This record gives sequence, structure tokens and C-alpha cells, in this order.
Amino acid sequence: MSTSNSSSMGQTFDPQAAAELREKRKQKIASSLAKRHRKEKTFRILGFSAVVTGLFFVVLLFGSILAKGLPAFWQSSISVPVYFDPALIQVGAKPVQKEGESPAQFQERTIAWQTEMGMVDWDALIVNSMIAKDSSLASKRDELSGLYTSSEAYRLRDMVMADPSLIGQKEQIKILADANVDVWLAGNIDRSLPDDQQQISPEVRQLADQLKANGMIENTFNTNIFTNPDSRSSPATSGLAGAFMGSLFMMMIVIFISIPIGVASAIYLEEFAPKNFMTDIVEVNINNLAAVPSIVFGLLGAAIFIGWMHLPLSAPLVGGLVLSLMTLPTVIITTRASLKAVPPSIRQAALGLGASRVQTVFHHVLPLAIPGILTGSIIGVAQALGETAPLLLIGMSAFVASVPTTPLDQSTALPVQIFLWQGNELRNFFEGRTAAAIIVLLALMVGLNSLAIWLRKKFEVRW
Amino acid sequence: MNTVTAMTQANSLPQDESVNPEQKQFTAPEVDKKHPGTSFVSQFDTQTSTKKENETSNVKISTSDVHVYYGEAEAIKGIDINIYENEVIAFIGPSGCGKSTFLRTLNRMNDTIDTCRVTGKVMLDNQDIYDPNLDVVLLRAQVGMVFQKPNPFPKSIFDNVAYGPKLHGLARDKYDLEEIVENSLHKAGLWNEVKDRLNQPGTGLSGGQQQRLCIARTIAVSPEVILMDEPCSALDPIATAKIEELISELSTQYTIAIVTHSMQQAARVSDRTAYFHLGDLIEVNSTEKVFTQPDHQLTEAYITGRFG
Repeated sequence: MSTSNSSSMGQTFDPQAAAELREKRKQKIASSLAKRHRKEKTFRILGFSAVVTGLFFVVLLFGSILAKGLPAFWQSSISVPVYFDPALIQVGAKPVQKEGESPAQFQERTIAWQTEMGMVDWDALIVNSMIAKDSSLASKRDELSGLYTSSEAYRLRDMVMADPSLIGQKEQIKILADANVDVWLAGNIDRSLPDDQQQISPEVRQLADQLKANGMIENTFNTNIFTNPDSRSSPATSGLAGAFMGSLFMMMIVIFISIPIGVASAIYLEEFAPKNFMTDIVEVNINNLAAVPSIVFGLLGAAIFIGWMHLPLSAPLVGGLVLSLMTLPTVIITTRASLKAVPPSIRQAALGLGASRVQTVFHHVLPLAIPGILTGSIIGVAQALGETAPLLLIGMSAFVASVPTTPLDQSTALPVQIFLWQGNELRNFFEGRTAAAIIVLLALMVGLNSLAIWLRKKFEVRW
Repeated sequence: MNTVTAMTQANSLPQDESVNPEQKQFTAPEVDKKHPGTSFVSQFDTQTSTKKENETSNVKISTSDVHVYYGEAEAIKGIDINIYENEVIAFIGPSGCGKSTFLRTLNRMNDTIDTCRVTGKVMLDNQDIYDPNLDVVLLRAQVGMVFQKPNPFPKSIFDNVAYGPKLHGLARDKYDLEEIVENSLHKAGLWNEVKDRLNQPGTGLSGGQQQRLCIARTIAVSPEVILMDEPCSALDPIATAKIEELISELSTQYTIAIVTHSMQQAARVSDRTAYFHLGDLIEVNSTEKVFTQPDHQLTEAYITGRFG
């Protein structure tokens, strides 16, 4: 229309001038093209190099952690047949409560028996069994007793106390080497350092090298790290079990508190609450809470749960409650986002058929939002799993040498354990332990995130 | 006169059998029971009789002085209209004239919009539907709705249709429910196309099939009135023709109010037509009269294509 108009407007139409104009316009556009392409290219290179840099650091991080942590799963140990020599273990039979005996009397006898057990020279059992394996070691009893970690003697005692029939028997037992011996053998200490700077005596070092050479000391997979709690007296047997159970209890509490409350409040806010000033304030505050530094939640937990409600210090219950508070905003925000993403036409369809609002939400909206809700919740839980700062304020950074059995027992958590080991004095031994603990924590995180992805795929509805 | 020729063309389109074998379906005899003629005018000859029936039949919905406000803005400015039993009434008008808003006041779908406020009276069988004591669930079971965009649930075809009856407990048992689903799909003209894949998702159907599925879903709860909000606007002409055919069939059992942007569609399917303009009801008359000798200048301007 417009072209025919302009040509009939009285001006004479000059095909050559028009062609020139067209050519000019084309050139103008073409001249700007180079600049546009350059910009595009620059941006692409920038983006690509950003990704590459990021990947480089990820690889560096994982590489260094794996390089340090993986060897820590293997530890020097001496596998010997231990003879539970009746000549050394001279203890009476385990007391049984007699007819007519009061509990106090029985208790007294049991304690006496336990004391007797404690008096036994368990170390001699271990040293003897090593000498029995290699008789040339007979002259080095003192050095031999410095080779293994101190808690192994208590382990033998506990074994006999649990099963007195072991006395007189022989049993193959893996004796864990001392942490310093492990450090020496693994080469985590400079071997050329003078004696006064070495952690163990020259005789023990020489013996360790000798036993390593003849195969008595082996590098074996260390299950202690998964089954034992932390230990200071016997670093070689320290493990993550206590911290793991603490984290597990906390995650259970977070899952059972923050997900139901978070999802319920998100549904109410998104689907039922009237949009007014009050709900606006609530919404702003939820968004602000999500941005509050986590250590503030620790202060809140210390003030409310411990100071006011008098819940026990260092307990996973308190940790779980604090982390639940911290996770709630994340769960609410992600749930609301996934509810918002459900097309309104589905709600209208259900309402138009006469479904009530609750029916509409629970029959149609929620099932469609489930993948998003699950992903958000699991990512929130994973975030809580890795949180350290608030736990420091409620006493979960204490050294706890037992595995908690209830959420009210004292405990640490995985990230806190990493923090504690990182600061341990026996640096060259615990560096590996720290990295190993990081690997366990990362594996849990990756596991949780994969679960989130799997659940998302599983519940995703295709349109 | 432009519109009339356009309508004739649109109307004659389905008769062109060579275009698509699928089209045979809507040249079937029952389609043309109501409109046996091919030309625009002859349609109205037959419609006059149906309209006469309507005049003597009962008022199904009656509104008086209905105003709808979105916040401060008044979208509907006092509408009085009677909708008779078993008639098809079309609401036409330019965009933003309030025809969809008015339709949604008839089953209180506007309740879902926070800022929306309705005043006036809407009587369904002498019952004020804005009575605070009235349960909106019951109302929506009586007044069903089909939406502009096909919106089947992301569930199986069977579950889509069965949802309403299950919700209201209309089926005595599983077999009864299956019967209701089959009947509804039959009525919606979809049974033959989907009977072998009732367990497949309803969202996997074509657009036209989805819309018929939505109609089946609506009639599965046996409403008395069906509101249709531009049901064909997202569909191609072939699917549109099928839906229109369906509307004609359904009008023997249901009262239907349809909002449409297509005047041809209003002319083809409706007994009466109401013309809305900027929130006012300008004119409501038999479709024949509205399209041939409208009472109001605005109506004439709109149907002759001077605006809209």
C-alpha cells in the first residue's frame, strides 16, 4: 500500500536513485555488522573462559581433596594372630546376679571384675603375639609397644569382656599402627629432620621401616574412619561415626520440621491467603530471612532453645531445630515458585468443574508442583547438612568421643568435625583425615543432589 | 454486505469434500438438521422456528443490574438479560467489552480474582447465585464452563472425564463411572477417536480433540448450563467446525452461553445474540435480526466491520 502511495504522490520515481539509496542503506547496515559480530565474539570468549576458569578451579579443588583424602582411607596396620594367654589374663568368671543378691551388691562385684580386667597387661598380649610371629623381635619389646596405637589394648579388653570364652584362644586381629608411625611410613614427615624434631624415637622409626620391609606392617583399608567416633588419645582410630550420626539426626529433624511447615505455609500463602498488606509483610520477611547470615540463626538457637527452653547443649535436637529455621525460607520460596509455575488454566479447569479450592490444590496443583518442591527441599536440606557456623554457637563444636544414639546425646556434625580435625595439633596426620571427611561430606551432598534430580525426573509430568 | 459473503464462504467451506477426508464428518446429515441451507439467509429461515420455541420456554438465568468492578475500574455496567432454557446465546463484541467477564459472573469464576467485585442479581432457576449461603461448588456443578484454551488435566483421557463425577460422587460404582465417561465422550463426539487409548494422557491429543475432551469433561457432571469462553479461538477451522457441530447437538439438552470473536460462528451456532460494548449490553435479539437488521447503530457498525 505505502509504496504505491508514495510513487503516485506526484514525485517522479527514479529507479536509479532508489537503487542507490538501497545500496547506501545496505552498506550502512553492513558496516555495523563487523562491530556486532566482534561484540558477539568477545562475549562468547568471555563466557567460555569464565566457564573454563570455573571448571579449572573445581578440578583443582576436587583433585587436591581427593589426592589428600583418598590415601587417608588406607592406614598402616599389623595383622597378627593374638593369643589370649590365660597366664596373663588371670581374671575370675564374669559375675552373674545370684539368687537373693541385691542389685547394688551385683553392681559392686561387676565393677570389681571390670577393674580386674583393666589391670591385665593387654599390651603384653599384643607384643607377645608380634614376637611369636617374628622371634627376632624379642629384644625390642619397648619399641614394639610404641608401634601400635594405644586404644588397641582397650579393644582387646573389650573383646574379652564381651566374650570371656576367647581366653586361651588365638584370633587373627588387625592392630592399627600408631598415627605417628603411619605418618612416618606414609612419608608425610620430612625423613631428613634431626631426631629432636621427629615425632618418634629413632629406634621405633628403624623398627617400623624394618617391619614394613618384611611385610608385617601393611597398608590396609581403614574401616575405623566409618565406625569410630573422634579420638584424641588414639588419633589413628579416630573416625566420623559420631559426626555422621549427629548429622543424620539433624537432617531427620530438618526434614520432619522444615519441609512440612515450609510446604504448608507456601501453599497457604500462594493459594489461599488474600493478597493484602499483611501477606506482603510476611512475604518480604520470608525473603529477608533467607538472606540472614546463618550464624545469626545460631545465636537465636542458643538464646531460645538453650537459654530459654533449656534443651541440652551440643545436642543434634537443638542443631536440627536451628538448621530447620535456617532452611524454612528456602523451602517456602522454592515451593511458592513451583506452585506459581503451575499454569492457572489447570486451576480454572478444576474450579470450573466444581472442585473446591482445597481439592483443586491437592488434586491438581500440588502433584504438578511436586518435582519443584522436592528439588527445593532437598537442596535446602543439603545446604543445612553443610552448615557449620550456627552449630558452633550451640556447642556442637565440642570434642565428643562417643556415637550419639538419640538426638538428645552430645554430638558433633560432619562439617564441624572437618573444622575440628583441620585444627588438630597432629597436623600431618589429620590433614589426610580432614580431606577424607570432606570427601564423605561431598559424597553425601552429591548423593542428595542426585536424589533431587532423580525425583524431579520421576515425578515430572509431560504436557 | 462484506460480512455476509464472508459468512457464506466460511459456511460453504465444510462442504468442500475434496479438501480433507476428515471433513466428511461434519457434512453428516445431523449437522444440517438445524441449518439445511447453504446460504446465509436460509439458515435463519430454519432458526426462526427454534427461536419461537425458546420464547415460550422458561427463563434459565436472569440477571438484573449486574455490575462488575476490577478494583476501581467498572468492567460491566449494569446488565439485564434473560437466558432461556435450551437455547444457544452468543455474546459478541469488540475486545475488552466485558463479554467474557460477564460470562464468568454466571458461574462465579470471577471469585478467583481477588480484586473483582460483583453487584446486582444473577438468578439461576429463581436462586440468587451470589447469595452468601449458596455453595459455589454446587453452582459450578450446575453451570459448567469450557475455556478459551483447551486445558485438559495432565492425566489420562479417562481420568480427565471421570474427575468431575468422582468429585461430586455422581457414579455409584466403577461400571457406572465407566458408563458416564463413555456417554460423555460420545456426546462430545470424541469416543470413536479415543476409545482405544483412554489410558493415554489427555494432553497428547490434538488441540481440537483436547477441546472436545474439555467439553466431555464438562458434560460428564451433567450441568444445566454450559458456558463457553471463545472455545474455538485456539483451533483451526476444521476443529472449529467440529466444535460448532457439537454445540448444535448439545443445545437440545443444555442451555449454552458462548462468547465468540467470530461473528460467523455466532451466526452459525446461536439462536440469540447479545452485543456488548464497553461494558454495556447494547442489544440482544434473535441472531437473524442482529445480523440482518440490528436495532442499534453500534451493533450494525460492529457486524459490518467498521470497528472491532
